[in-house]
Amino acid sequence: MATQASRSAARLMVSPSVILLFIWMAVPLGMVIYYSFRRYRLLNPERAGWNGWSNYSSFVFSPDFGGALVNTLILVLGVLIITVVLGILIALLIDQPIWGQGPVRILVISPFFIMPPVSALVWKNMFFNPSNGLFGELFKYLGMRPFDFLGQAPLGSIVTIVAWEWLPFATLILLTALQSLDSEQLEAAEMDGAPVLKRFWYIILPHMSRSITVVILIQTIFLLGIFGEILVTTAGGPGTASTTLPFLIFKEALLDFDVGTAAAGGVVAVILANIVAIFLMKAIGKNLD
Amino acid sequence: MARAVTPARKSINTAAAWTVALIIFFPILWTILTSFKPEPVAVASPPVFLNFDWSFENYETVIQQRGYGQFFWNSMVIAFGSTILGMIIAIPSAWAMAFVHGKRTKDLLMWMLSTKMMPAAGVLVPIYLIAVYFKILDTRFLLTIVLMLMNLPIIIWMLYTYFREIPVDILEAARMDGASLTNEILYVLTPMAVPGIASTLLLNVILAWNESFWTLNLTAFNAAPLTKFIAGFSSPQGLFYAKLSAASVMAFLPIMILGWFSQKQLVRGLTFGAVK
Amino acid sequence: MGRITLDKVSKSFGEVNVIPPLDLTIEDGEFVVFVGPSGCGKSTLLRLIAGLEDITSGQIRIDGNDATHMPPAKRGLAMVFQSYALYPHMSVKKNIAFPMKMAGVDPAEQERRIKSAAEALNLTAYLDRRPGQLSGGQRQRVAIGRAIVREPAAFLFDEPLSNLDAALRVGMRLEISELHNRLETTMIYVTHDQVEAMTMADKIVVLQAGVIEQVGSPMELYHKPRNAFVAGFIGSPKMNLIGGAEAAKHNAATIGVRPEHIAVSATEGTWKGTIGVSEHLGSDTFFHVHGTGLADAMTIRAGGEVDLHHGDTVFLTPDADKIHRFDKEGLRIE
Ligand SMILES: Nc1ncnc2c1ncn2[C@@H]1O[C@H](COP(=O)(O)OP(=O)(O)OP(=O)(O)O)[C@@H](O)[C@H]1O
Ligand SMILES: [Mg+2]
Repeated sequence: MATQASRSAARLMVSPSVILLFIWMAVPLGMVIYYSFRRYRLLNPERAGWNGWSNYSSFVFSPDFGGALVNTLILVLGVLIITVVLGILIALLIDQPIWGQGPVRILVISPFFIMPPVSALVWKNMFFNPSNGLFGELFKYLGMRPFDFLGQAPLGSIVTIVAWEWLPFATLILLTALQSLDSEQLEAAEMDGAPVLKRFWYIILPHMSRSITVVILIQTIFLLGIFGEILVTTAGGPGTASTTLPFLIFKEALLDFDVGTAAAGGVVAVILANIVAIFLMKAIGKNLD
Repeated sequence: MARAVTPARKSINTAAAWTVALIIFFPILWTILTSFKPEPVAVASPPVFLNFDWSFENYETVIQQRGYGQFFWNSMVIAFGSTILGMIIAIPSAWAMAFVHGKRTKDLLMWMLSTKMMPAAGVLVPIYLIAVYFKILDTRFLLTIVLMLMNLPIIIWMLYTYFREIPVDILEAARMDGASLTNEILYVLTPMAVPGIASTLLLNVILAWNESFWTLNLTAFNAAPLTKFIAGFSSPQGLFYAKLSAASVMAFLPIMILGWFSQKQLVRGLTFGAVK
Repeated sequence: MGRITLDKVSKSFGEVNVIPPLDLTIEDGEFVVFVGPSGCGKSTLLRLIAGLEDITSGQIRIDGNDATHMPPAKRGLAMVFQSYALYPHMSVKKNIAFPMKMAGVDPAEQERRIKSAAEALNLTAYLDRRPGQLSGGQRQRVAIGRAIVREPAAFLFDEPLSNLDAALRVGMRLEISELHNRLETTMIYVTHDQVEAMTMADKIVVLQAGVIEQVGSPMELYHKPRNAFVAGFIGSPKMNLIGGAEAAKHNAATIGVRPEHIAVSATEGTWKGTIGVSEHLGSDTFFHVHGTGLADAMTIRAGGEVDLHHGDTVFLTPDADKIHRFDKEGLRIE
């Protein structure tokens, strides 16, 4: 298939996407690095100039940064743990012979298709709201005082919402992995006298391990960027209790109009994301031919 | 497994699976129910499930008073525009990489994927400034381009994994049979790739439809899609649960139904072919 | 017409030289078979002729015209692939019509050729089916049909039968041979099955690591293998190759005796050994004899049924006229 003619045709066909993606990557990255060393506030742009590392120090040493980093970590880890553990359990359950596997799959997968502002607002108002939400009603019914989820446990509530959005993804992928397990392997293990738990531990789990890695890595990429859910539920509050890194950058840029500091934050976010990306790329790269 | 399970066992499994599934689905179901309630019923305590006067009034209100149509149209334009534009650019690239598999193809693919790893928040500032500079902030044009670029690596990857499954032999056979490159693509490759192209289109429309970082940050009103429309309900006045629900249902129902048909492709697309 | 000449043709994939410069002429109307072990470059050579790969150096001429840089479509060759490579979205009829459609053959003529090809290949009943609804053998016939209607200068086959079961393979082998007798068109056929090579070829080209070891008719190769490799490769079961003192007696580094040229007896003979596995087919009996001190196991073919079994002591006597001798480099000594 590889003749000279076909190779030059191929190069021509690949170039538009390569050029576009290069611009899309290099230009903003260059700009964000440039502005991270500039003093630049949209409200008084005339006082612009070089600023050394002070944008970085003001971003990194601001009292909000440490909190935002911790919140980001809690959000990502919390959602990962919930979705992977529940995902495995639900996948195992659905994979059993049951009546109506198709409809069950459809029900389970549905939350993934709900746009983030919708799921966030539905949860915020119709479940978490202490006076009108269903959880409040449930608490009242059980004779307890309604709990103000978003006020008292803002990050936990956001973790719940995001976990609900991403559980379908984890479940679906783990289910796919599970269904690709050669049933003869399990039968062989059964013949060898391995009980159910051992079969899970020594055969099913190792078989799924690659998919679990992929789920973790891909979710991490998306979770590091969670934004809409926070914006419409707590707007990062109360105080900064639910401010994550992306949200902090957004606040600096579009609420405080401090381009320099936001850019420095952007560079920090890019570096963090790249650390995760390296692992993800390794996992995916292995799978190429 | 090809073994019969006892009916009792199967019943228990079925009950458990359906319970879990319904719990997961419940918020969606509740939203759909609420969208048909009068506002006071929507916040009634104890909650009312089915026993109320069903009406489409909330839908009418949302469409007529909140300008739903404009937002919906923007969502359509942006989601389909960015996806179709992306496909036009991606199809030749994916073909080339799949069928003229060179030494550097793999590196190129990995590099394309790496652009996807750039956190949106990290480049918010430059994109915002560029948009301001070119006076394209809050335009559908900007959103279409940004979402296209954001999803381009996924589109290329998905198409690539589909195209790779088309046996090269068949294309070579076409070449031996005297087909020119154009005829080869037109008569042999495209018909065989239609399922892959369709599912790529579908998944990326879904992703673009639900994208809510760029759509929230780069639009105000003119180009605002449904994500922005819904976010507008975050600072409520008066009773609004039923209207919020109606608006939500109109925002997610079409795309959710599309999504149901794309389960398989979803796995593949979102894991970049790592899980099939 | 279909005379194909390869002139110092070589092929490298990047650094790896798969085919060193090689000369070969294929006469018009000849049935040529490329054989050799897996990975020796048979497919590559065929694809170079087809134009599916660029040659690294050298020249390919088809009927005297330089075809080195011609795209595959212009070479007037038809290829049948191992995987059949049928277009899955087209009916059998459309598959067969495709090359004619590409060539702009007029529709009435297309119909005529499809009809005659379908009759010749027993496909008339399946013309409206998709390839997915056909058996392996039927698919193979469609692939051949698609090649025939082009009326090519030469047919190229790359292991066309290897996906078929044994019985079908024998049937298709005959059909392809008959096709060649009828059309009298050049055919180049790649296989690693030496039985296919022996039964079908006018001329066999034995390849090893991209190098032509010998070119000749099946019987030439059988009776006068140019070297030990060809000797071992052609013939089934394989020739017994013996080194050491026994070979030295014949003034050779290695001697070879085909299994059918060794007589077996329970009482007397040149070499003594013990039967390991014995295979009784009725028409033939094969013995694997150990402990002769000549080779690990000697393979013997005896006609008809011979009543000797595992563990029996036997005596072997080679047919002195049919001993092949090879020197240190493995070349034949006349
Ligand atoms: N596109 C390629 N790039 C690099 N090396 C290749 C390529 N195609 C073939 N080769 C190498 O060239 C050698 C010859 O391959 P070829 O396919 O011609 O063998 P073959 O004789 O047809 O084997 P088989 O009987 O297994 O089909 C092999 O070592 C193979 O690895
Ligand atoms: Mg081969």
